[in-house]
Amino acid sequence: MSQGLEIRWHGRGGQGAKTAALLLADVAFKTGANVQGFPEYGPERMGAPITAYNRISRDRIRVHSNIYTPDLVVVVDETLLHSVDVTAGLKEDGAIIVNTPRTATEIAGLLNGYKGRVYTVDARRISVDTLGKNFPNSPMLAAAVAVSRVMDKESFIREMRTSYEHKFSKKPEVIEGNMKALTMTFEELEPYLKQA
Amino acid sequence: MRTDVNRINESTPHEELTEGLMMFAGGTSKSFNTGEWRTSTPVFIKEKCKQCLLCAPVCPDGSIPVKDSKRDDFDYDHCKGCGICEKACPFGAIEMREGM
Amino acid sequence: MPKKDRMSGNEAVAYAIKQVNPDVMPAFPITPSTEIPQLVSTYIANGQMDTEFIPVESEHSSMSATIGAEAAGARSLTATSSCGLALMWEELLLAASNRMPCVLALVNRTLSGPININCDHSDSMGARDTGWIQIYAEDNQEAYDNFIQAYPIAEDKNVHLPVMICQDGFITSHAVQNIELLDDDTVKDFVGTYEPEEYLLNPGKPVSVGPYSISNYAMEAKKNQEIAMENSKEVILRVADAFERVSGRRYGLFEEYRTEDADHIMLIMGSAAGTAKQACDDLRDKGMKVGVLKLRVFRPFPAAEIAKALSGCKSVAIMDRCECYNGNGGPLSMEVCSALYKNKVLIKAVSYMYGLAGRDFTVENVYEIFNELDASVKNDTEPEQYRYIGLRSQGVPG
Repeated sequence: MSQGLEIRWHGRGGQGAKTAALLLADVAFKTGANVQGFPEYGPERMGAPITAYNRISRDRIRVHSNIYTPDLVVVVDETLLHSVDVTAGLKEDGAIIVNTPRTATEIAGLLNGYKGRVYTVDARRISVDTLGKNFPNSPMLAAAVAVSRVMDKESFIREMRTSYEHKFSKKPEVIEGNMKALTMTFEELEPYLKQA
Repeated sequence: MRTDVNRINESTPHEELTEGLMMFAGGTSKSFNTGEWRTSTPVFIKEKCKQCLLCAPVCPDGSIPVKDSKRDDFDYDHCKGCGICEKACPFGAIEMREGM
Repeated sequence: MPKKDRMSGNEAVAYAIKQVNPDVMPAFPITPSTEIPQLVSTYIANGQMDTEFIPVESEHSSMSATIGAEAAGARSLTATSSCGLALMWEELLLAASNRMPCVLALVNRTLSGPININCDHSDSMGARDTGWIQIYAEDNQEAYDNFIQAYPIAEDKNVHLPVMICQDGFITSHAVQNIELLDDDTVKDFVGTYEPEEYLLNPGKPVSVGPYSISNYAMEAKKNQEIAMENSKEVILRVADAFERVSGRRYGLFEEYRTEDADHIMLIMGSAAGTAKQACDDLRDKGMKVGVLKLRVFRPFPAAEIAKALSGCKSVAIMDRCECYNGNGGPLSMEVCSALYKNKVLIKAVSYMYGLAGRDFTVENVYEIFNELDASVKNDTEPEQYRYIGLRSQGVPG
C-alpha cells in the first residue's frame, strides 16, 4: 500500500467539491490514517470545472503530484460528464459516484465504456429534502465514505456530528438537516453496496 | 559590538568594522571637518549686520552659530562655502572670497 | 506533548507564527500566501497572540516596515509570494546588508510571465543573491519546523542575517496533510526571547543603521556579510540539532535518501523531493540503485558538502524548478556543477528543468529521468542537457 487509496473529485467552482475533499481528509485523519487533500487550481470562478484530490494511506504520504489513476472518482455535477473525461485513468477495480437523479445503469452508458462499479446519488433531492437548499457536498461526502469504506457508518456519523457542531456553532438549525442528509445517503446507497 | 567610532577610519581592516557599518554614536558629523572642502569662503562683516537672522536658518550645514538671538562669526570647520547665506543677506554683511 | 493534527502548509506556518508570537508583522496579501497574514490577523483579533499587525499598501512597504521594526528592536516578519517578493527586491538587500535578523515566510509562486499563479521557484531564485538565508520545505511539517528554527538561526550573534522560509505554492501551501505540532511552551523555550544587543529605540545608546558608505568601507562591509553567511552553515546545523532534541525530527543542510550505495542520484528541492523519494523506493524494489539528495538549505550553498555526498555515485540529475534564460540550465544546476568541478568530483551531471508555473511532476517523470541516467552510464552516451520534463513538443505529447 505504497500510495494507498486515491480519490479524484470533479465539481464546479462554488459547489463545495474542494471542501468535500478537505472534509474527507478530516474524516480519514480521525481514523488514524495519513491523509492528503488538495485542490487543483485553474481559473477559480463560480461554475468553472474544478478538480480536487485525496490520498489516504497507512504510511506518510510523500507524493505531491496530481492523481492520474484514482481508485475512486466523485462527480459532484452531472453536467461535467459531457465536458470532462471523468473516468480518465480510473482503475477498473475502482468505482465512480455521480450526483444525478438517474440510475447507475443509465449513467454507465455515458462513461466512455468504463467497466468498474458505478453508483449514483441524487444529492440535489437529498439536500433539498433535508436542508431546503441544493448543497450537494454533504451527500457526496457521505457517498464517498460509504463507497470507499474509509470509515464505518456509525463512526462517520458520530465524527460528523462533532464536526458540524463545531462548524455550525452559530447556526445550529442546519446541523440536524446535514446529519439527515448523511444518513439518508448511506441508506439509499446500502442496497447497491451489498450487491457489489 | 558597540565600538568607539573614533577608532574607525579608512584604513581599518574589515574584521574591526562594525556589523552592517552601524554607527554607535550620535552627532558624529561634528567630528567630520567638512570645512576643508571649501573653495570659496563667506566673510562676516560685523558692522553691516543688523542681526535680522535671515542667514542662519538657510545655512545647509548649521555653520552660522546663534547665541542670545545674535549671530556670531562662521564655523569654518564645517562651512562648505556654498554662498547661500550671501544671497540671503539683505545688507551686504556677507561677502564671498576666493579660496579657504 | 506534541499534538497530531492535519493542516495545510499555510495553516502550519501561521500556527508556527502564533506560537513564536513575534513583535511586528507588516504584510500585504498575494496568492498563494494570502492565508498566512489572514490567519495571523485572525489569531490576533481573537486574542491568541499579541503581534502588532500592520496592513501596508504594498510589498515594498511590508519589507521596509519589517526592516524598520527589526532595526527598532522588534522581532519582525512578513509573508509573500511571486511578484510580491519581486517588489521587495531593493529592501531584501537592505535587510541583509543592515544585518537584520528578520524572517520572511515565502510561498513559492512563479514570476510572470505568462501571468500564472502556480508554483515554481523563480521568485526565491530571483532573490538568491540578496544575502538572505534560504531554507526549503518538502511538506507542511517541514514548513512548520523550518519556521520555528528561523529566528534562532537569524538572531545568532555570528549570523545576524534575514531568513527566508520557502514552501511550494498550492502544492504544499493548500494541501491538507498530517502534521505533528509542538506545544506552545516548547516552541517558546526553543525560540527564546529576543534581546538585541543594539537597536534604535534604546535611549542613551545612539546608533545609526544603514549609513551611506563610501568605497573605502563598502567592500569591507560586504566581506563581513559574506563571512556571516558562511558562519550560518554551522549555526543552521546547531539549531537543527537542538530542534531534533525537542521534536525528534532531524534536519541538515540537505537530506540524503538511500544514497549510500546509489549509482544515480536526483538532486532536488521542495515538494517534488517527496515524489522523487516515492519513485526511488519503487525503482529500488525493481533492483535499481538510485537515491535522492533533497537540498534544504540553498543559501548558504553547501558546495563542498554536496560534492562529497555525490562523490560515490556515477551520475546526478540536477532538477531546476526555475528557468533563468542563460542558455545553460537553471541556477541549481550551475551551482552544483561548479561545486563538483571545484571539488574534483567529475561524475556525469545532467540538468533538467521541471515543474515550471505549476506543471505537474510525477513519479513517472522520476522513473524516466533515472532510466535515462542509467542508460547513458551503461552505454557511455551523453544525455541531452537542460531538457524540459513533461514538455509538449512535436511528436511528444505532454
